[in-house]
Amino acid sequence: MNLTDSALLNSYSLYALYSAMAIYAFAFIAFAVDLARRSSAVGAIEAADLVETDAASSAGFAASAGSTVTLKRPVLSRISARMDDDAALPYGRSSSLRVGVALTVLGWALHLAATIMRGFAADRVPWANMYEFALTGTLLIMTVFLVVLIRADLRFLGTFVTGLVLVLLGVAALQFYVEVAPLPPALQSAWLVIHVFVASLATGMFALGFALSTVQLLQFRRENRTLEAAAPRSALAPGQRLRFLATLPSSATLENLAYRINIIGFILWTFTLMAGSIWAEQAWGRYWGWDTKEVWTFIIWVIYAGYIHARATRGWRGSRSAWLAIIGFSAVMFNFGIVNVFFKGLHAYSGL
Amino acid sequence: MATLSRPSDHYDSRREAPQTGVVQPKLGLTGWLRWFWRQLTSMRTALFLLLMLAIASIPGSLVPQRTSDPNGVTQYFTDHPDLAPILDKVQAFDVYTSAWFSSIYLLLFISLIGCVIPRTKHHFQALRAKPPTTPARLGRLFGFTTQDAPPHSDARAAITHARTVLKSSGYRVARFDSDTESSVSAERGYLRETGNLVFHAALVGILVTVGFGGGYGFAGQRVLVEGQTFVNTLLAYDSFNPGRFFDDTTLDPYTLSLDDFSVSYEQRNLQAYGQPIDFTADVTVTPKGEAAEPGAVKVNGPLRTNGTSIYLLGNGYAPTIQVTAPDGTVVFSDSVPFLPQDANLTSLGIVKVPDGLAEQLGMIGFFYPTQDKAASGANFSSYPDLEYPLLTLNVYTGDLGLNAGVPTSVYSLVTDTLTQQTGGKTGVASIELKPGASAELPGGLGTVSFIDNNPAASAAGDFTQSVPRFASFDIHHDPTQIWLISFSMLVLFGLFTGLLVPRRRVWVKATTRADGTVHLEYAGLARGDDPALEAAVSAVAARHLKLLKTHQTVVATPEST
Repeated sequence: MNLTDSALLNSYSLYALYSAMAIYAFAFIAFAVDLARRSSAVGAIEAADLVETDAASSAGFAASAGSTVTLKRPVLSRISARMDDDAALPYGRSSSLRVGVALTVLGWALHLAATIMRGFAADRVPWANMYEFALTGTLLIMTVFLVVLIRADLRFLGTFVTGLVLVLLGVAALQFYVEVAPLPPALQSAWLVIHVFVASLATGMFALGFALSTVQLLQFRRENRTLEAAAPRSALAPGQRLRFLATLPSSATLENLAYRINIIGFILWTFTLMAGSIWAEQAWGRYWGWDTKEVWTFIIWVIYAGYIHARATRGWRGSRSAWLAIIGFSAVMFNFGIVNVFFKGLHAYSGL
Repeated sequence: MATLSRPSDHYDSRREAPQTGVVQPKLGLTGWLRWFWRQLTSMRTALFLLLMLAIASIPGSLVPQRTSDPNGVTQYFTDHPDLAPILDKVQAFDVYTSAWFSSIYLLLFISLIGCVIPRTKHHFQALRAKPPTTPARLGRLFGFTTQDAPPHSDARAAITHARTVLKSSGYRVARFDSDTESSVSAERGYLRETGNLVFHAALVGILVTVGFGGGYGFAGQRVLVEGQTFVNTLLAYDSFNPGRFFDDTTLDPYTLSLDDFSVSYEQRNLQAYGQPIDFTADVTVTPKGEAAEPGAVKVNGPLRTNGTSIYLLGNGYAPTIQVTAPDGTVVFSDSVPFLPQDANLTSLGIVKVPDGLAEQLGMIGFFYPTQDKAASGANFSSYPDLEYPLLTLNVYTGDLGLNAGVPTSVYSLVTDTLTQQTGGKTGVASIELKPGASAELPGGLGTVSFIDNNPAASAAGDFTQSVPRFASFDIHHDPTQIWLISFSMLVLFGLFTGLLVPRRRVWVKATTRADGTVHLEYAGLARGDDPALEAAVSAVAARHLKLLKTHQTVVATPEST
């Protein structure tokens, strides 16, 4: 490809990226509005005290799209309760939630176009420096989120996912942006395609796992308060914040979901580590040398190994293991944002 | 499915130690050892050690390490003269071989082995055992479904079919019959625990391979200037690190010649102008007593030959410098590798001439492949290729310190015992040479020349051939890599199966009612995480009913045949 075409394509990629960010911002607002509506719907019930005794286990209500809230008698049978609908107060899909998902899909399409055009402009895979890695990494976080939506209703995480991706893309576009440059000899390897892609995919999984574990902790706190509010007249603890939590799955369900997503992330991360070792052997003559990036990749691996063990250890299930997942993802973000840029090491490919 | 149920045979952490206040039996030595062993092999201890391992790894990324960044360690000692010795005392510059780091991972692996061995024994027993008796009340279990069997069904026959369905789905089955009811108990997913055990065993394999296997190899470094040849023998290496068990007489004395080192630079894209886009070392390898074979070493493409791997880890310029005594005798003539200092290959090199001149001579040289002058008057290189090469030399005379018998680096000059003659504060300008040029050394010591490798081309304005390049090679022999890759594959296999294969029990029970109809019950139990349990139970139920119906049409017509 000649240089002017490349520059043109790169500028299209930037336009697409900024459009995607704008649309993600609107999606974020729509998801936030949905959470607010959930809170106010729960608040309305609380005020009306329409919920019968033992509501925590049997009451259900559904909100039709729009502002009218219709309450229904419990229809949930606990025996066959599926993963998604064991919320204390199941809530339908509001119009803002639908808008949020639709905008996210649109933003994702533009994001995908931006990434592909960057790749064509550079005539290689679009993940060879920090800017491109952020572009592809966030695209994969979003892709994982949208794919998981097909299987499990995690739409309530939309605020978190669009928010996280928006912040990361903002940092990437403002701080990490570099012009298209050819691959330095150290990166000219098939392992660039495999190692970095799988690492990004694992990051996408860990991001969702992190979000679920966070909500799990909040939900667990709500459930405890509900129990502590001795008289079980309501599913809602009086005067609590984040009332929308009553419309989300139980903490046990969230924990299982987080676990399933995190173990996929862990397998991918293990593969990343091994592929990285094979590549390191070819490029640097040793498969493991405790380079700073290797150290942090190892630390993350050990933290998630700890997380998986915690789930099988008496006294560590639930909140404690959730904290490990949260620490794990924080280490992933640290590895990406801090180690790449500020630590001295052989993985000096940020392009900054 | 509210919570994930633990397999009953799962090797879990022990129950809490008895509370104080309870009268405990006196423990003998063996008792204490057993207690200690149980503590060490508990899941809780393993988890604690894992988290310790993660935390203990952090300092190694904050403080430079001797193995990965020796210059950084030296610099750290210069920058923090008070802190560095204290950190050194606690092995902070050798974190990953330190006593404290090693003790954490060794304890972790002992804990792991102590956990895995009894689990392996238990798993072998489980593999031979029959699935357990069908519970009396299936209604309490997961995915509970009831169905009426098709008319004229027989409870025992229905269970025979259920057994067929379950067996074909990979379940291990056991049937139980009584007067009123028949049932089949089935279990599958033993591979989950197999994978789990394989994963942990393979980790031990990796640790052992890395710990001991590394001792059987070697790693050596050698710098070669274009045209030079190296023989794979101990003395020919610039530096050589054999493993503990490596016998250096087993080195295979093949020769390696660097014929040409080519570099290409980005020239079209102005955003990345001058960025290297390819390094290729064209070499010739000649095994002992065999024909020479050409090869290439690239940054991501090591050359595997004669049981060794040759990696390209660095490159730069090696200006050919010649020093002549006043009487015309050549006292020094060599291509000296200059170490690159920046991306445009401003390079620093040292020349030492101990003999043949009136005084010992040392020179610190800077080489600029494309020389340019900053506003301050300082030289710098503005492009990494040979566009306008210039060599500058600061001359020192005196005692080079080579006669003391102490090994000294060829890449550094100790100037304490020397007198500077040009450059710096001497007031005498540094010697500046273009390829092919010569200059008088101060004090009538002699002449120094910068030999041009291709004078004809330089005369025509093309300097690209004027200075030879060098490549620095790492030559490694590691017989354990095949073991490592095999154990790594086992780790991945173990992870996939140990985390993703569901282990579950499924029961089908058939009860004959008073009116002769047959009542069917289906239920399952997850042993470990199993998101698809209920779907699996209903699939078994559906297949079973379908089979019962097909079978019924066959048995319903025996009288007509």
